[in-house]
Amino acid sequence: MPAPDWLRKRRERDASADDASLWQKCPKCSEMLYRKDIVANLWVCSRCGYHFRMHAYDRINTLVDGDFVEIGTDILPGDPLGWTDKRPYPQKLERDREKSKLSEAVVTGFATLDGFPVALGVMDFNFRGGTMGTVVGERITNLLEEARRRRLPCIIFTASGGARMEEGMLALMQMAKTTLAVERFKDEGNLYIAVLTDPTTGGVSASFAFAADLIVAEARAAIGFAGRRVIEQTIRQKLPENFQTAEFLLEKGHVDMVLDRRELRPALVRLLDYAVDRKRLATPLKAVPEFAIQ
Amino acid sequence: MNLIVEREKSLSELETRLAQLHERGIGGDEMRALETKVQELRQDFFGKLTPWERVNMARHPKRPLASDYLGALEAFDELHGDRHFRDDPALVGGFAKLRGHNVMVLSQQKGRDTKENIRRNFGMVSPEGYRKASRLMELAARFHLPIVTFVDTSGADPGIGSEERAQSEAISGCLMTLTHVGVPVVASIVGEGGSGGALAIALADHVIMAENAVYSVASPEGCAAILWGDSARAPEAAEHLKLTSNDLLGFGIVDEIVPEPLGGAHHDAAAFIGRVFDAIERALERLALLPPADLLDTRYRKYRRIGSWREDSPVRAGGLA
Ligand SMILES: [Zn+2]
Repeated sequence: MPAPDWLRKRRERDASADDASLWQKCPKCSEMLYRKDIVANLWVCSRCGYHFRMHAYDRINTLVDGDFVEIGTDILPGDPLGWTDKRPYPQKLERDREKSKLSEAVVTGFATLDGFPVALGVMDFNFRGGTMGTVVGERITNLLEEARRRRLPCIIFTASGGARMEEGMLALMQMAKTTLAVERFKDEGNLYIAVLTDPTTGGVSASFAFAADLIVAEARAAIGFAGRRVIEQTIRQKLPENFQTAEFLLEKGHVDMVLDRRELRPALVRLLDYAVDRKRLATPLKAVPEFAIQ
Repeated sequence: MNLIVEREKSLSELETRLAQLHERGIGGDEMRALETKVQELRQDFFGKLTPWERVNMARHPKRPLASDYLGALEAFDELHGDRHFRDDPALVGGFAKLRGHNVMVLSQQKGRDTKENIRRNFGMVSPEGYRKASRLMELAARFHLPIVTFVDTSGADPGIGSEERAQSEAISGCLMTLTHVGVPVVASIVGEGGSGGALAIALADHVIMAENAVYSVASPEGCAAILWGDSARAPEAAEHLKLTSNDLLGFGIVDEIVPEPLGGAHHDAAAFIGRVFDAIERALERLALLPPADLLDTRYRKYRRIGSWREDSPVRAGGLA
C-alpha cells in the first residue's frame, strides 16, 4: 500500500524515517522477522503476538482513512528551567528530534476513521520517553479545545513515562491544564476515547488518560501510576509478571477493554458508531479551509 | 538525620554553654562574644536556605502538620470514608469553620511519631483517600461551601494495593472534580508537595505556599536516582527542580507566599498557622465575589496559561510572563 500524501511529505523531509534494516528480532520470542512482515502485521510479532512500540506517524497511518491534518507543529519546547544534568536539556531534545523524527512527544491533528471525522492525538515513547512537558500539555489542550469547537470526538493514544522532570513543576501543571480541557470537552457531550499503549504511567495516566469516557488498553501494555521499579524498591520484593499489564487492569476493572492491535481500528469505529451521531458531526475535513494540508 | 535538626542541635549546645556561663556569673566580653556567635550562627544556618535545606525544613519532625492546622480551626467535624473500600487516614477531611466561614477542609496527614506515621502511611494517600476527597468536594459544591486544602505529602502511595485499586484513576478523578466544582478552592502547600499526589488536592483558584515548603515534580532523591543512579545526589537535584516557594511564585504556579519565622514555622507554630489562615481568609473573601461561572472560567484560564514553549522561534512564556 503506497504511503498517503501527508506521510510521504513527512518522510521526504525525514529521509531516514524508513528503517533500512531488513530483519528484526522479536524481543519476546527471539524469532527473526522480516521487517516488511512486521509492518504488514501492524508491528505485531506474527509468531508470539508481541506488540512492538509504534512510531506516532506509523500509528496514525494505520488508523486513518487517508488524510491527516496535523496541528500544533508550531508549538515547540523551550528550556524554562535552564536544565542541565549529564547534558543540557536542549541537547537532549535535539538528540530525540533526530532519533525520533518528531518535534515533541505527541502528534495531534484531524482525520477521518471509516468516515468519522475525529481529533486524534498520538504520543510517542521515542521522544523523551513520552514524558509530558509543557508542549505535550499545550498540544493536548489545543487538540481538545479545537475538537470541542468542532464538536468532534477525540481519540488520544497515550505512551508516557509521566511528567517531564527537565521542566519541573511547569510539567506537573500540565496535569491540571489537560484535565481542565478534558472536562470542558466532555461537559458539552463530546466523546473522548483514550487508548493506553505501552507504557502509560505517572502524570499522564493520572490526568487526561484516565479521565476518558472510554478507556481501551492495547494488549500487554504496561499501565500504572507508580513505575514498577519504584514499587519494587518500596516493598522490597519482586512483583508478579502480569502486574500493571493491560490484562491485569481489565481484571481489576480499570479499563473498558483490552484489544490486540490488529483488532483496534474496527473496535474504535464500532465505539464511534455507538456513541456518535454521524449526521451530527461537522462538515468533512477537507471542507474546513483552515485545516487544508500545508 | 534531618539537616535542620542537626543544626538546631549544635545551636542548642552553644546555648546551653551560654546558660552555664550565665549561671556561674561569668559575664563580660567572653559572654558577649559567645552571644554574638550564637546570633551569627543562627542567621548563617537559617537566614538564607538552599533548596535542599528547604526540603529538610519541609520534612522537619517538628514542623506543623495538617492536624495542627485542623486543630486551630474554630470547628471541625471529620467526615470519613470513600463509601466503597475504606477510610484512608492519610487524607483527613470534613466540615469546618475558619474565621467564621463554613468550609470543606481536605488535608494530607503525616504522623508525628512512628506509630502514627504507620497508621497514616506517612501521609501518602491511597486511591480511597482521593475518592473520599472527590466525594467531599462534590458535597461542598452541592452546599456552596468553599474548599480549603492543606497539602503535605511526599507523594501518592506507590504500593501494590494502590495500583490494584487504580491510583491513576483516583488522582485523575480528584483533578476532574476540582475542574468543575463551582465553589472557591484555596490550597495551601504547608510542607511537602510531592508531585501528582499533592496536585490532586491543589488544583485551586488560589494557591498559598509556606515560605519553606517545597513543591516538586519528583522527589529530589527520586530525581537523583533517575539522573545519576545515585539518590545521595539529592541536594544537587533539589537545585535543579526549582521546588522552592520563590521559584514557583515566579512561574505563576503559586499565588502567594506566607513568610516563616527565622528557623522555620515550628519556632512559632500558632502564629504561623494564624498567618496562613489570614491568607486563606483573604482569598475566600475575594473569591466569594465571583459568580460560579466566572470562577470556573478564571480557574480554566489560570491553568491554561501555565507553561513555557516556543512558537517557531520566539519564546512565548505562559507562566513566565
Ligand atoms: Zn515474537
